[in-house]
Amino acid sequence: MSKSDPNAPKRLALIASKGTLDWAYPPFILATAAGAMGWEVGVFFTFYGLTLLKPKLTAAVTPVGNPAMPMKMPFGPEGFQNINWPIPQLIMANVPGFNALATTLMKQTFENKGVASIEELRQMAIDLDVRMIGCQMTMDVFGFKREDFIKECEIGGAATFLEYAADADVQLFI
Amino acid sequence: MDVLKEDQVLDCSGMLCPMPVVKTSKAIKTLEVGQVLKMIATDPGAPPDMEAWSRQTGNELLRSTQEDGKFVFYIRRSK
Repeated sequence: MSKSDPNAPKRLALIASKGTLDWAYPPFILATAAGAMGWEVGVFFTFYGLTLLKPKLTAAVTPVGNPAMPMKMPFGPEGFQNINWPIPQLIMANVPGFNALATTLMKQTFENKGVASIEELRQMAIDLDVRMIGCQMTMDVFGFKREDFIKECEIGGAATFLEYAADADVQLFI
Repeated sequence: MDVLKEDQVLDCSGMLCPMPVVKTSKAIKTLEVGQVLKMIATDPGAPPDMEAWSRQTGNELLRSTQEDGKFVFYIRRSK
């Protein structure tokens, strides 16, 4: 038993390492679900994941890097919405604004289906007292400052996260 | 089936994971211990998730049913 306090609530420790819209969802969904179950939750935001702690979220999605991504339209009759558009990678890579378009379509699809936005999930995580740790090293590498990030987060390094994760029941790298 | 009387109703229709669980946890905290929350959801993931949530939080899932294409849960605040 590695837990120093056997009476402590269950604990989830996550590493959020990616900053795209699709990868922003898993850490926030797991963090809020665990928080709702009464667990303690801590998320270490590192590398591109650190951008998820900026006040204004700009997470986008890139279909070029995700060949398995279904390309669907969030409007029109159901049959039309269910079509998976076979758009060649060459077009997705070269049409200006294609990522912005795909991002808008994904956000609209998610909203239509009843999925909360990343902004809403992050606010819920804050309300559930999820501990958010921004990676100091990533800040130094990309030239970010403390004031570039939401006030609810703290800044720390690998040792800060590992100490927290050592007492966790579930640890995941996302 | 016995008639269950709820003290509060929470409608999570149209919401997907993790919203029904998050909203339920928020709502149950506004009840007194022993009071019952009725939660309605349309997410097919809600029944297994509510069972897990109830096991993890210790709040009692009194009933989980399906009515008119909706999932209905009665949960008693236990602590």
